[in-house]
Amino acid sequence: MLELTTTRHNELIDPFFHAWGWEIPVYLFLGGLVAGMMIISGYFLFSGRYKETDCSCYYLPRLSFIFLSLGMLALFLDLEHKQYVWRLYTTFRVTSPMSWGSWILILVYPVLIANMLLRLPETTKQKIPLLKKISDKMNSSHNLIRNIGVINMFLGAMLGMYTGILLSSLGARPLWSTSILWLLFLMSGLSGAAAFVHLIAKNVYERELLAKADNGFLIIELFVIMLMIIGLVVSTQVHKEAAMLLLSGRYAAVFWVFVIFIGILIPLLLQLLAVNHKIHHTPLAPILVITGGIILRFVIVYAGEYSHWFIVK
Amino acid sequence: MNSLSRRKFLKITGATVGAAAVITGSGKALFKGADKVNKKIVKGIKKIPTYCDVCFWKCGAIAYVKDGKLWKIEGNPKDPLSKGRLCPRGTGGVSAHYDPERLNSPLIRKKERGEEKWVAVTWGEALDYIAKKMNKIKEKYGPESMALFSHGVGGTFLKHTIKAFGSRNITAPSFAQCRGPRETGFELTFGDVVGSPERTDIKNSKCLVLIGSHLGENMHNTQVQEFAEAVEKGTSIIVVDPRFSVAASKAKYYLPIKPGTDIALLLAWMNVIVKEKLYDIDYVNKYGFGFEQFAAEISQYTPEWAYPETGIEPELIRTTAREMALYKPATLVHPGRHTTWYGDDTQRSRAIALLNALMGSWGRKGGFYLPYNYSVPKYKYPPYPKPEHEPVDNPNHKYPFAEGELLSTGIREATITGKPYPIKGWMVYATNLTQSLPNREETIKAIQNLDLLVVVDIIPSEIAGWADVVLPEVTYLERYDELNTASFRQSFISLRQPVVDAPGDQKPNWWIAKQLAERLGLEKYYPWKDIEEYLDTRLKGAGLSLNELKKKGVVTGPKEPIYFDEGIEPEFYTPSGKIEFYSLQLAEAGFDPVPKYKRPEQPPPGYFRLLFGRAPVHTFSKTQSYPLLHHQMEENVLWVNTDVAKRFGLKNGEYIKLKNTDGVISNKIKVYATERIRTDCVFMVHGFGQTSKQLKSTYLRGASDSQLITRYNTDPIMGGTGMNVNFVTFEWEV
Amino acid sequence: MARYAMVIDTTKCVGCQDCVIACETENNVPEGYCRDWITTATSGKFPTVQLEIRSERCNHCSEPPCVTSCPTGASHIHDVGGVVLVNHDECIGCKACLASCPYDARFIHPDGYADKCTFCIHRVEKGEDPACVSVCPTHCMHFGDLDDPESEVSKLLKERKYHTNLPEAGTGPNIYYLI
Ligand SMILES: Nc1nc2c(c(=O)[nH]1)N[C@H]1C(S)=C(S)[C@@H](COP(=O)(O)OP(=O)(O)OC[C@H]3O[C@@H](n4cnc5c(=O)[nH]c(N)nc54)[C@H](O)[C@@H]3O)O[C@H]1N2
Ligand SMILES: Nc1nc2c(c(=O)[nH]1)N[C@H]1C(S)=C(S)[C@@H](COP(=O)(O)OP(=O)(O)OC[C@H]3O[C@@H](n4cnc5c(=O)[nH]c(N)nc54)[C@H](O)[C@@H]3O)O[C@H]1N2
Ligand code: SF4
Ligand code: SF4
Ligand code: SF4
Ligand code: SF4
Ligand code: SF4
Ligand SMILES: [Mo]
Repeated sequence: MLELTTTRHNELIDPFFHAWGWEIPVYLFLGGLVAGMMIISGYFLFSGRYKETDCSCYYLPRLSFIFLSLGMLALFLDLEHKQYVWRLYTTFRVTSPMSWGSWILILVYPVLIANMLLRLPETTKQKIPLLKKISDKMNSSHNLIRNIGVINMFLGAMLGMYTGILLSSLGARPLWSTSILWLLFLMSGLSGAAAFVHLIAKNVYERELLAKADNGFLIIELFVIMLMIIGLVVSTQVHKEAAMLLLSGRYAAVFWVFVIFIGILIPLLLQLLAVNHKIHHTPLAPILVITGGIILRFVIVYAGEYSHWFIVK
Repeated sequence: MNSLSRRKFLKITGATVGAAAVITGSGKALFKGADKVNKKIVKGIKKIPTYCDVCFWKCGAIAYVKDGKLWKIEGNPKDPLSKGRLCPRGTGGVSAHYDPERLNSPLIRKKERGEEKWVAVTWGEALDYIAKKMNKIKEKYGPESMALFSHGVGGTFLKHTIKAFGSRNITAPSFAQCRGPRETGFELTFGDVVGSPERTDIKNSKCLVLIGSHLGENMHNTQVQEFAEAVEKGTSIIVVDPRFSVAASKAKYYLPIKPGTDIALLLAWMNVIVKEKLYDIDYVNKYGFGFEQFAAEISQYTPEWAYPETGIEPELIRTTAREMALYKPATLVHPGRHTTWYGDDTQRSRAIALLNALMGSWGRKGGFYLPYNYSVPKYKYPPYPKPEHEPVDNPNHKYPFAEGELLSTGIREATITGKPYPIKGWMVYATNLTQSLPNREETIKAIQNLDLLVVVDIIPSEIAGWADVVLPEVTYLERYDELNTASFRQSFISLRQPVVDAPGDQKPNWWIAKQLAERLGLEKYYPWKDIEEYLDTRLKGAGLSLNELKKKGVVTGPKEPIYFDEGIEPEFYTPSGKIEFYSLQLAEAGFDPVPKYKRPEQPPPGYFRLLFGRAPVHTFSKTQSYPLLHHQMEENVLWVNTDVAKRFGLKNGEYIKLKNTDGVISNKIKVYATERIRTDCVFMVHGFGQTSKQLKSTYLRGASDSQLITRYNTDPIMGGTGMNVNFVTFEWEV
Repeated sequence: MARYAMVIDTTKCVGCQDCVIACETENNVPEGYCRDWITTATSGKFPTVQLEIRSERCNHCSEPPCVTSCPTGASHIHDVGGVVLVNHDECIGCKACLASCPYDARFIHPDGYADKCTFCIHRVEKGEDPACVSVCPTHCMHFGDLDDPESEVSKLLKERKYHTNLPEAGTGPNIYYLI
C-alpha cells in the first residue's frame, strides 16, 4: 500500500480538483442543445419543410439565440478574471479548444441570425421595415435558404462536437481523455434538442418524426457511452479507475439513476411505446431526456475533475 | 560531592577567546541602513541583520524591509549557526510581526482567573499595579516568594530585575522538561554538559546513532544542516525510534524499539562492544575510570536478554553494535535534547554517554567537539542582595544532582504546598506553562494560590489567559535583546536588533524590566539609559561596538582547535578527573553507579502509549497562529498504526478523541493511519489543541498532548519529569 | 538556448516545508495558497518502510498542456530557459490550464488570474537561485540549465538515478527527483 500525503491546500484544487461549478456544465448543456436545434432546424430548411407554416424551424433559431446567449452568460460567469474576457478575441490559439470554441460561437451568431431573418415575427416586420426587406429578399432565393440550412447544420455540428472536445483535450483528467466524448456530447445534444422540439412542436407529424429521431439518438448515445466506458476500462489503470467512478464509484448512483435510467432508458421506452401508438405521447419522456442531458454534463464534468493520475514513482 | 560544574569549562574556553580576540571579517559595512528603519517609510529594499527567535537556536538572519514593510527573512551567510539558511520556522517568522491576533496593550484581569476577561490599561497603570503587588509579597513573605519563569534570551533583563528584587527562584521548562537529564548524565560521566547548541560533530561523524532525536522534524537548524551533510556523505545512520521518523527514512538501520526500553538496548550494545573488545581500548584505558566494574556489571546484558524487552532482534543489536565500532571514534551516539521521557532519563543519558565513551567519541572528530564562546565582559552592576533562603525548587536536595538550572516543577510544587516557603507571585516570560509543564491541573492549582500572576507574551497565549496582568511584548523583529555568545565550533557573537516598528502599544522586555525595576526602587541596577547603551558598553568591553554589530549582525572569533587530536589537553571535570564508567558519586547518593534497566509500566489492554514530538513548521505551542506557519499545519493529527486503525475501525482523516487512564478526554483530532508507527503507541505533535479563546486561529485546533499528560515520573537523580508515561484510548463521541 | 530544471535529492530532503514558506514570502503568495508543496509517499509494512519526500511544484513541462489549452496565450513558454509563465493581464481565468495540468500545479490567484511557480524567474534572471532552492536547509535542491552539460543539474542527472513525476502523462516534466 502506498500512503500519499501532501501539504498542498489550494482552493479549487484540494482535497480534489474542482475548478468548475455549475456554470460550465450548464454552458456545455446549452451549447449542446443549441447545436442539436441548429442541426434540426437546418435540416428542416435544407429539406424544404420550412414551407409548412407550423414548422419548428420558425422559432428554433430564436430560442437557440436565447439559449446560446444564456450559455455564454454562464461561461462568462465562470471566468475568474472577467475584465479581461476580450482577450479571447485578440488572438486565435490553434491548440486550444476553448479558443476554437469562442471563435465558433462568433460564427454561430450570424448564422443563427440569418436563420432568424428568414422568418421574422410580424411585429418585428412592422416595426423595422428594413428587416422585412432583407427577410423578403432572402426568402426569394430557395438556394440561399438551403445554404443557410446547410451552414446551420454544419456549425451546429461543430458546436456540438466542440463541447465534447473541450473536455477531452484536457488530458490531465483521465475520464475526459477519450476520443469519443465529442460524439457523446453531439448525440446528447441532438437527443436533447429532438426532445425539446418534440415537447414544443405544434405539428403532429413533426412530433412523431422527432420522437422517432430521438429514439435513434438515444440508442446511439447509449451505445457511445458503452464504447466510451469500454475504451476507458481497457486502457491504463488510471483510466479504468476513472471509468469506475461512473460504474461503481463516487458518481455511480447519479450516473446510473439519472443519466442511464431516467435520462435514456425510461424515455426511450416511453417514446417507443408512443411511436408505436401503444400509449399517448407524453411530455414526460422529453422532459426526462432533457433532464438526463443536463445531468450528464454535470456528471461528466464533476467526475472528470475528480478523476486523476496518481502520482506514483 | 556533586559540585561538578561547566563553569570551569566555560572559564577555560572564555579565556582562550579573550586572549585571542582576533576578529575575522573586514569591518566593511555589509548592510546599509540598519539604523532608521520605518519611522518614516523608506523606499526600496533594506537588509537588516539580526538573529532569529522562533526557537532558542538563535540563528543569524537578515531581514528584508521593502518600502518600509517587512518582506522576508533569510539566513545570514556569515553566521556559523545558520550558514545563510534558516529553518522553516525562521523563514516563516516574519509572520509573527503580522500575526493579527497579537496582544496590543497591557491588560488587567477583570473577572475570575482563567475567564479571559480583561480591561485594557496603560503601561504606567499596569507596571504600578505589578510593583505594588510585588512589594506586598515582599513585605509579607519575603522577596523569594516572587518567582520568574522565563524561557529564552529575551528574559535576560527580567531575570536581572528579579535578582535585584531579591529572588533566585528563576526557572524555565527547558530544563526539567527538556535537556536536564542529558546534561546531568553527561556531566556525571564526562564532567561536562552537552550544552546548547549541542556540541555534536554530526557533519564529521561516520556513524550517527539517533535515539529518538528526530532530526528533520526537530528543526534545530545547524543540526539538520549537518545531518543532511552526513546523509550525503553516506554516513552510516542508525535510528532507534518507535515511530518511523523522517530520520529513520534516511537510516541504514532502523530499530523499531518498544517505547521506554532504550536502556536495555544501550546496555546490550555495550555488552557486545565490550565482550567483543570493539571499544577504543587506548582511549578507555587512558581516560576511563571504573571500567572493570562497569564491564563486569554489563556482562549480564546480552542481546538475547534485551530482545524481549526492546523487541529488537539480537542479531540486529549485534550488527549495529559492530557497525558503530567500525567507525569509531567518529561514531556519534546523539545525546538527544528533549530527554525527559520515563523518569529514568539521567541513567539513559548516562548510558548514551558511556556508549560514546566506549567509542572514544568525546573530544574527537565526528563525535563531541570542544566548543568556544566569545568572551564579552558582563555589564558591571551593583551586587544583588543575598537571598535569605535557598531556591525553593529542590528542598533538602531531594534530587541531589539537580544542578545548573532550577526545577520548574519544583517551584510549582512549592507554590501549591507553600513549602519550604510560600511562592505568591509568578512572573512568566515567554513560556506557555499550561502547555509545557506536565499535568495542567497542577499548574492551575498553583496559579490559584498566587497573589500575582504576570504574563509577558506577544499573543494571548494559554498561560496569558490565567494572568492577573498581561504585558504585550514586541516580537523579536521589533526589539534589541541580549547578545548571543553561545558556545559553538567557533566563537561568535551576534546581535538582535529591531527590523520594523511594533504595530501597537507593545514594549520590549528590556524596557519592561527597567521600568518595573524603577518602580520597585531598584533603579541603581539600571545605570544605562537604554539597551543600545547597554549593548554598546558590553561590546566595547570586547573591542567591538554596537554600530559594527548593527551592520554585520555576526562577528566570529578565530578558528581554534576543537578536538583532542588537534592538541587540546583532555580534561574531565569529574571527581576522578576521568570518564566515569563507574560513578562513585551516584553510588554514594544511593543510585546505580552503572545504569540498570527497569521495565517501564505497560499500557492496560486497549490503551496505547502517548508519544509526542515536533513538526518542522512549528515551535512548541507558540507559532500556531503565525499566519505563514499556521497555513502549513493548522492542526495536529494522531498517528496510529494501520493495523490498529483497522482493528478499532478508525478511518483515516476522521475526527476522534482520546481518553487517558485518568479519564481526561482530549479535544478532537484527525486520525492518521500509517505504517510509520508501532502498534503499541500513538503519536502527536506537541503544541496544538490550545484553549485560549482569544487565539481564534488555534482555539481547539487539534489535540493537546499536554492535556493528556496527567502523569509523569520524576527522575530521582535530577528531578526531570518523564512525560512519555501516559496511556490513551480512542473515544468516538466527537 | 537554456533549459532550466530542478534536480531535487529526495535522499536528503526532510520534508521541512522551508521551500514552501520561502516561496510564500519571496513571491507574496496570497495567504492560504501555495506554489510548491511537499508530498510524502510511504510504502512498505512497518517496520520495513520507505519514504519518498518530494518538494513539488509546476514542472515547467517541455510539452506543457496548460499552454496548449490556454485560449488567450496568457500561459506561455518564456524566452529564457523554457520556463512556463502566465501573463496576468492576458488571462481570463477560464481555468482550462488548471484542468489540463496533471500535477494540479496551478491555482486561481484571488485577483482572478491563473498562478503558479515561476521558477523565480525574477531571481534567476539576476543570477540567483530560486527562493526555495536557496533557502533549503538540507541543500537538497539544485537549479540550473540542462542544456549546459557542465551545469550541476546535468552532472547530477548523469551521476545519479532519478525519476520525474508522471512521465506517462507525456508532458515532459523538468523537475527531477534523485533517488
Ligand atoms: N520544528 C521544531 N524543532 C524543534 C523544536 C520545536 O519546537 N519545533 N524544539 C526544539 C527543542 S527545545 C527540543 S528539546 C528538541 C526536541 O527534539 P528531540 O530531542 O529530537 O526530541 P525527542 O523527545 O527525541 O523527540 C521525540 C521522538 O522520540 C521518539 N520517541 C518517543 N518515545 C521514545 C522511546 O521510548 N524511545 C526512543 N528511542 N524514541 C522515542 C518519538 O517517536 C519522536 O520521534 O527539538 C528542538 N527542535
Ligand atoms: N507536553 C509537552 N510538554 C513539553 C514538551 C513537549 O514536547 N510536550 N517539550 C518540552 C520542551 S523540550 C521544552 S524546551 C519546553 C518549551 O516550553 P515553552 O518555553 O513554554 O515553549 P512554548 O510552548 O513555545 O511557549 C512559549 C511562549 O512564549 C510566547 N512568546 C513567543 N515569542 C515571545 C516573545 O518574543 N516575547 C514574549 N514575552 N513571549 C513570547 C509564546 O506566545 C508562548 O506563549 O516545553 C517542554 N514541555
Ligand atoms: S532553528 Fe529555526 S526557528 Fe530556531 S533560531 Fe534557527 S531559524 Fe529560527
Ligand atoms: S526545504 Fe529542502 S529539505 Fe525542506 S522540504 Fe523543501 S526540499 Fe525538502
Ligand atoms: S506542471 Fe502543469 S502548469 Fe506546470 S508546465 Fe506542466 S502542465 Fe503546465
Ligand atoms: S485561466 Fe488564464 S492562463 Fe489559464 S487557460 Fe485560462 S486564460 Fe489561459
Ligand atoms: S521556484 Fe520560486 S516560484 Fe517556484 S516554487 Fe520555488 S520559490 Fe516558488
Ligand atoms: Mo527543549
